Amino acid sequence: MSKRLEQGGRLIDRAKPLGFVFDSNRLEGYAGDTLASALLGAGKTLVNRSYKYHRPRGIVASGAEEPNALVGLGQGARFEPDQRATTTELFDGLTAMPQNAWPSLGFDAMAVNGWMSAFMPAGFYYKTFLWPRAFWKHVYEPVIRSAAASGRPPQEPDADRYEHFHAFVDMLILGGGIAGLQAALTAGQSGARVLLLEQTPHWGGRAPVDGYEIDGKPAERWIAETLATLEAMENVTLRSRTMGAGVFDHGYALGYERVSDHMPGDGAIRHRLWKIRAKQIVTATGAIERPLSFAGNDVPGVMLASAMRDYVVNYGVAPGEKVVVVTNNDDAYRTVLALIDAGLEVPIVVDARDRNDGPLAREAMRRGVAVECGAAIMKVKGKKRVEGVMLCRANGTGGAGAPVKCDAVAMSGGWSPVVHLWSHCGGKLTWSNENAHFYPDPSRAPTGADGKPFVSTAGAASGAMGTGSVLTDAASNAAEACGAAGYAVTASAAQAVDAEEVPMKPVWVMPEQALPELRAKMFLDFQNDVKVADIQLAAKEGYESVELTKRYTTLGMANDQGKLSNINGLAILADSLNAEIPQVGTTTFRPPYQPISFGSIAGEARGATFQPLRRTPMHEWHERNGAYWEPVGHWRRPYCYPKQGESHDEAVVREVLATRNSLGLLDASTLGKLIVKGPDAGRFMDMLYTNKMSTLKPGKCRYGLMCNENGFLSDDGVAARIDAETFLCHTTSGGADRIHGWMEDWLQCEWWDWKVYVANVTEQWGQIAVVGPNARKLLEKLGGMDVSKEALPFMGWAEGELDGITARIYRISFSGELSYEIAVPAGEAMTLWSRLLTAGREWSITPYGTEALHIMRAEKGFIMIGDETDGTVIPQDLGLGWAISKKKDDYLGKRAQERSHMTSPERWKLVGLETLDGSALPDGAYAVGEGVNANGQRNTIGRVTSTYMSPTLGKGIAMGLVHHGPDRMGEVLRFVATDESVIEAKIVSPVFYDPDGEKQDV
Amino acid sequence: MLILHCPYCGIECDETELAPGGEAHLTRHGPGASDAEFEAYLFERANPKGVHFERWRHANGCGKWFLAARSTTTLEVFGTYEAQTTEPPAEIVEKIRARIPGWEARP
Repeated sequence: MSKRLEQGGRLIDRAKPLGFVFDSNRLEGYAGDTLASALLGAGKTLVNRSYKYHRPRGIVASGAEEPNALVGLGQGARFEPDQRATTTELFDGLTAMPQNAWPSLGFDAMAVNGWMSAFMPAGFYYKTFLWPRAFWKHVYEPVIRSAAASGRPPQEPDADRYEHFHAFVDMLILGGGIAGLQAALTAGQSGARVLLLEQTPHWGGRAPVDGYEIDGKPAERWIAETLATLEAMENVTLRSRTMGAGVFDHGYALGYERVSDHMPGDGAIRHRLWKIRAKQIVTATGAIERPLSFAGNDVPGVMLASAMRDYVVNYGVAPGEKVVVVTNNDDAYRTVLALIDAGLEVPIVVDARDRNDGPLAREAMRRGVAVECGAAIMKVKGKKRVEGVMLCRANGTGGAGAPVKCDAVAMSGGWSPVVHLWSHCGGKLTWSNENAHFYPDPSRAPTGADGKPFVSTAGAASGAMGTGSVLTDAASNAAEACGAAGYAVTASAAQAVDAEEVPMKPVWVMPEQALPELRAKMFLDFQNDVKVADIQLAAKEGYESVELTKRYTTLGMANDQGKLSNINGLAILADSLNAEIPQVGTTTFRPPYQPISFGSIAGEARGATFQPLRRTPMHEWHERNGAYWEPVGHWRRPYCYPKQGESHDEAVVREVLATRNSLGLLDASTLGKLIVKGPDAGRFMDMLYTNKMSTLKPGKCRYGLMCNENGFLSDDGVAARIDAETFLCHTTSGGADRIHGWMEDWLQCEWWDWKVYVANVTEQWGQIAVVGPNARKLLEKLGGMDVSKEALPFMGWAEGELDGITARIYRISFSGELSYEIAVPAGEAMTLWSRLLTAGREWSITPYGTEALHIMRAEKGFIMIGDETDGTVIPQDLGLGWAISKKKDDYLGKRAQERSHMTSPERWKLVGLETLDGSALPDGAYAVGEGVNANGQRNTIGRVTSTYMSPTLGKGIAMGLVHHGPDRMGEVLRFVATDESVIEAKIVSPVFYDPDGEKQDV
Repeated sequence: MLILHCPYCGIECDETELAPGGEAHLTRHGPGASDAEFEAYLFERANPKGVHFERWRHANGCGKWFLAARSTTTLEVFGTYEAQTTEPPAEIVEKIRARIPGWEARP
């Protein structure tokens, strides 16, 4: 049973008790506690259930590597799943829930008994649920999902705010243990700009717990003095609670600052994502202790030896009162001594090595602790908590063991450097036989833009294990990195000695010859329930690649990401394959090192600031007048303007009829407007458009098509010739920036000797379409320009002053009605809009939105980019051959349109479609033909590209692409809706309204 | 997240300022080209493991296209240069050869 000790705990303040709730129990901890230390202090050893078997799980670690103690933290809009208790600072009023237990932690209905686990072997997802197929959707998947569910997603919008920081530094040092502090000190002395990040709230890492001496004083004092020195340096920035999350190309790194997780709701930013560019990065990320693989190593109460030491020394918490320590190295003896110092009992130290007469073991024995060498834990007794262990010989099979009573087990399998950040950007590893771990190979460091290394390591992250080596390594590597960043400095490290230790012995399975029933209880990945036997089975079944084994068994997946399970799993796999561990290699380390919040990634980009909103000069008017918005690129355009009590459909019908019968008004400002100017403008226009634009006379407009080099239609619009050297190209609303870029590309990269420039003036002009039989009367009423048919004929344009406002009026029509598009300087567009509305009252002038626009164009058979085109359609498919010049030698897309497939008569071509019953066809519906294809699907012979209920004609109209379409006029096709109902439609001309174009040309 | 030098602005651009444009130094084939030539122009790309010449636009900057010689494996940048050229400048080729002895451009 874990408990709070009467005294001790260097990080807690016993004068400040904090209340919190776990699993509906009201508990108490102290300021300075983590949730994990507070839980242990309150006697909670069972904190969760495992993912697959729902086995009881306790706290194993004291930091980021914790696999089990994941909780749902907070409530309502501040609820967040999958939070590690070990990295959660306790605050007053904290609430947490265990995640994998139902109905309760103590009794979990999902718990899989020992015998059942035989039916859930490695790769069981792949093996078990193959048949019958229909069971997947209704039985297997729901059951697996409810059984394997981890945290639940929050149900309310996040109540907190997040932000991004951009930082540029010479030296970025990740990790604020003694190595990071030493590296920062060396770098600080070089004059370089230094940023030092530490993921915990505390500096100095493990050193204060382990009780080393540095520069002749206790580590804790050296840390405090070094911090003070660093804080006084103007070129050094220090940030605790900030994790180095990832290292990326060319010196880019992410820092994740948990600004106010420990004081939620106080109005501060919650998380801050640091986007850092550094010349050199030093990872001082320390090392993580490895578990040992013995049967029952997952029973609550079994803990890493170093974590146990942390809880005793840092938090005054005893994970147990009677602790068996099992180890293959000397470091675990420091835990033995810490436990004895705290007045706890260590009945026995189980040392897998044949003999140990090192100073640490001797000290333990001097204090009366029994040390048994060449020994192993055969298995742990107890289900929901440790009740004892059975001992056996280390090199045996695990037969009849000797029982030892205890309520906790401290295990140490040696230490692995945290190589994640080193590896993110391609740093390679090498194997140490001495320490049985992978460590960074400095000769194969990540390289930057100049081809030279930009990441180095410091301290334990380099594989340096003693205090003196850690400091020397940190100082010299930091000095070298400073030199690479252009700041020369001599490395001078703080003085410390490496403690004398007996070499560790690699132990991957305990005991070495363990029988299968023991191996089936040795857990490698506590969170995902991956055991030694699973890896061996995977190897037997041919999963020899470590990456495949990982996915097959789920080893190291989810939150663990190889922190605890990696080396042990690799070693088992290597052994199963009769290979050496370095030959098996590691899985890939990917950022982030630890999960970071989605909020921090989004930063301020949410809600109204998610992306910029482009507004036309009339945007506010639309808003005031009840516009129902449609997003078009970054613009918002009114879809329609519903009146009180009017549905959107009714509004659209009213707007169409008002425009067709009298007068409509459209805000067309979003239309792309590109100026193409220069002596070679005509030549350039002829390359861009399929038709000949160079022959266009000033004062005239022409509809044109643009294709890409694949020949596919990319954009369309009306071009106007302003003068001999100047064209104005109208593009689609969404296409303006893309087409502008397209033009620049050809001018800069292919025809750079042509004398042409282009400018995007879309936002410089407001554009208003005055549409309908009374359009001319309205403009004449405003006065100032001659808008008669003679002075300004269809497809002409004129410049002048309309009612005192400088304007260009284009006589172009996308509706088929008499139509004037009036472009005025953007600042005057709202004035003109208001005057048009006022003067147009006598004709019941009606503003209309994009849906009315679409319907009217469809009634006229005008195509819409994105409806009739989808990136595979050429102009010839759409009956637009008339807009393709036969005289030009070249235009973009011409050669492609000569390819055999493009000239094939078998292409689907544009037709109009009219249902026999007058209904509107479903959008995107396919027409089915005879027979089935190779996949047994019905053959299709056409599809709907645009479909509307036409208010003008009182029936459904549609356009579509149909095989041999134009040759099949009058034929009836069968279209199938998603509900499998069949709608019959007749092939007709796509021009439903005013086929001779009489109305627009008056 | 690459950093590339914009030869027009003269600044070191963060990748977020740039838009990629695929392989550089392609020869455009238009009407009159054979099917094979045209297919090569449209679809055949070097996709090398190693030195690559590619197009980048300083889209959130000066708007200019420029070209970069970069290793696709190590991300080492051998140099960037203006787009108005049909082949890499000699000094960049030299720099590549100094790093990768015997390197030859794809014909």
